[in-house]
Amino acid sequence: MASETNRIDGEGLRAWLLAETPRSRAQSRLGQAYVRWLHFLRNPLAMVGLVIVLALVVVAALAPWLADQSPYAQDLARRLQAPSPAHWFGTDELGRDIYSRLVHGASITLMIVGLVVIIVGPVGLMVGTVAGYLGGWFDTVLMRVTDVFLAFPRLILALAFVAALGPGIENAIIAIAITAWPPYARIARAETLTIRNSDFISAIRLQGAGPLRIILGHVIPLCMSSLIIRITLDMAGIILTAAGLGFLGLGAQPPMPEWGAMISSGRKFLLDQWWVATIPGIAIFVVSLGFNLLGDGLRDVLDPKGK
Amino acid sequence: MTVSITFLGLLMVTFFIGRVVPIDPVLAAVGDRAPAEVYERVRIELGLHLPLWQQFYIYVQKVLTGDFGRAVLTSKPVLDDIVRVFPATLELATVATVLGVVIGVPMGVLAAVNQNRWIDHVIRVMALFGHSVPVFWLGLVGLLIFYAWLGIAAGPGRLDVGFDDIVEPVTGVILIDALLAGEWDVFANAVSHVMLPASILGYFSLAYIARMTRSFMLEQLRQEYVTTARVKGLTEGRVIWRHALGNVMVPLVTVIALTYANLLEGSVLTETVFAWPGLGSYLTDALLAADMNAVLGATIVVGTIFIGINLLSDLLYRFFDPRAK
Repeated sequence: MASETNRIDGEGLRAWLLAETPRSRAQSRLGQAYVRWLHFLRNPLAMVGLVIVLALVVVAALAPWLADQSPYAQDLARRLQAPSPAHWFGTDELGRDIYSRLVHGASITLMIVGLVVIIVGPVGLMVGTVAGYLGGWFDTVLMRVTDVFLAFPRLILALAFVAALGPGIENAIIAIAITAWPPYARIARAETLTIRNSDFISAIRLQGAGPLRIILGHVIPLCMSSLIIRITLDMAGIILTAAGLGFLGLGAQPPMPEWGAMISSGRKFLLDQWWVATIPGIAIFVVSLGFNLLGDGLRDVLDPKGK
Repeated sequence: MTVSITFLGLLMVTFFIGRVVPIDPVLAAVGDRAPAEVYERVRIELGLHLPLWQQFYIYVQKVLTGDFGRAVLTSKPVLDDIVRVFPATLELATVATVLGVVIGVPMGVLAAVNQNRWIDHVIRVMALFGHSVPVFWLGLVGLLIFYAWLGIAAGPGRLDVGFDDIVEPVTGVILIDALLAGEWDVFANAVSHVMLPASILGYFSLAYIARMTRSFMLEQLRQEYVTTARVKGLTEGRVIWRHALGNVMVPLVTVIALTYANLLEGSVLTETVFAWPGLGSYLTDALLAADMNAVLGATIVVGTIFIGINLLSDLLYRFFDPRAK
C-alpha cells in the first residue's frame, strides 16, 4: 500500500482513486468524490456555473488589485460619464467609477450569501433532524412553525422584519435568514424520517448510542447532500432578495457599493444614462445564474434519487 | 382547522414584529415632551401595561374586526388605505396571470409533445432566466427599451395625466371602470400602461406555468388512454389538446392559483419600479417611513390572501378531481 500511495504522479493517483477494491475508508471516500467530480465535469452548464461562482470569489478576494480606483472616490466634475477606456462601465451620479464599485460589491454579495447560509444551514438542519428523530409534540410544534413561515411570501416577511429592525445590511441578512430556514428544516425532517427506521440506526441504538450521538453522527451526514443541493439552488434567491431589499433602500445603505442599491440610485438617470442602473443588474443576473447552474449540476451529481 | 392555525401563526409573527420595533409606540403617540402622567395614561390607553398574552388577545380581536390602526402617512385607517390601493394590484396581477396562462399553457403542451426539441429548450432557458434575473432590474430595462427607446409602451403609472379622473372609480380596477363608463380612450390608455408591468410580472408566472404544464403533459401522454385514443384513430391534435390537456387542467388550476399568489410578492418590486399605486407601493412607502401600522396591516392582508389562495386551490382541486374526494 505504501508503494502505491507514494506514487502521486497523475496516472497512479487516478488508478488509486478508481481502485475496484479500496483498502482504506479514506481511499473509498476520495474515490467516490473523484467519480462524482468526473460526472460533474461532463456537465458543461454546471461547469459554467462553477466558473462564475469561482470568479465571484476571486474578484471579491482581489478587488483592491482588480480595481485601481476607490469605490468611494467622488469626482463631481466627471459625473454620469458614458463607458470609456478610463471608466469601463462609466461613472455614477457622484462621479464614482462603476467598474470599481461593481468589483468591490462582489465581496458584499458574497458576504450576504455566506452569512445567510452559515446561519440558516445549521439551524434548519438541527430543527429538522431533531423534529424528525424525536417526533411527538416537539415535531408537531416545529412543523407548525415552519408552516406559518412557508405560508407567506418570503420577500414580504423579510420586508416586515427589516422594517421592525431598521434598514441596514446586517438587519437585511438577519431578516433573510429568519425567512429562509423553514424549507431546510422540512428537507432535513423528511430525510430523517426515512433514515430513522432503517436497520443501521436500530443497530447503533442497540449498542447504546443516545439520540444526540445518533443525530449528530449518523443522521446529519446523510442529510447533508440534499441540503447542500437545496442551499446552492437557494443562493440565487438569497442574492435576489438581498438585492431587492437594497433596491428598496432597506438593505445595504449608501455609499456601500451593493449592487441592488446601485441600481436604485441609478434609477433616476435611467432614461439618459442607462448604464448606471443596468450594469449592476447584469452583475446580479450573472452571479445568480452561476449559482443556479451550479446547484443544478450538484443535484445531478449528489442526488441519489436522480440517478 | 390547519388554515386557522396558520392564520393565528401569521398574527403571532406580525404581533412579534410589532413588539420588537425599536420605536416606542407611546412616544410616537404623545411626543417626547409629554409629562410623565400623560405618558402613563396613553400607555394604559394603548393597553401596553397588560401582560403580553392579553395584549395579543386584544390584537387578534382588533385584526379580526378589520382594525389595523391608523396609518401615519395618510392619517387614515390602514384598512381604508388598503381597500383603496388593492384594486390596482389586483388589476396588475390578473393581467399578468392571464398573459402567463394564455402563452404558458400552449408553450408547455408544445414542449411536452416535442420533448428535447427547441421549444423544450426555450422553456428551460426561460425558467433559468426567471430564477436568476432581478425583477426590478427587468422592469427598468423594460422601461428603457420599450418606453424610452422604442416608444411602444406607456410610461410609469396607471394612466397618462390627461386621462386622470375621467372615469368614476366603481370597482377601482381602471380597465373595468373604463368599460363600464364606455370611455374607450381611457381603456386604451390604461391597457397601454398595464401591458409592460404585467408582461414583466407575467414572465415569471409564464416560465413556471409552462414548465409545470410540460411535466404534467409528459405524465399524461404516457398513460394508456392516450394510446387507446390514438388506436381509435383520433387525430393527434384531438388526443393532445382534448384528452391529455383535459386531464392536465385539474392540477394546472392549482399551479395557476399558486402563481397568482406569488405575483403579490413580485408586485412589491414591480410596482415600485413602475410607480404603480397598488399594495406593493403602499407597503414600500410605509416601510421607508417606518409606519408600522401600515406595514403590518399590509403584511397581514398579503399573508391572508396567500393563505386564502392556497386554501382555494386545495378546494378547487378536490372539486374538480373526483379521485380526491
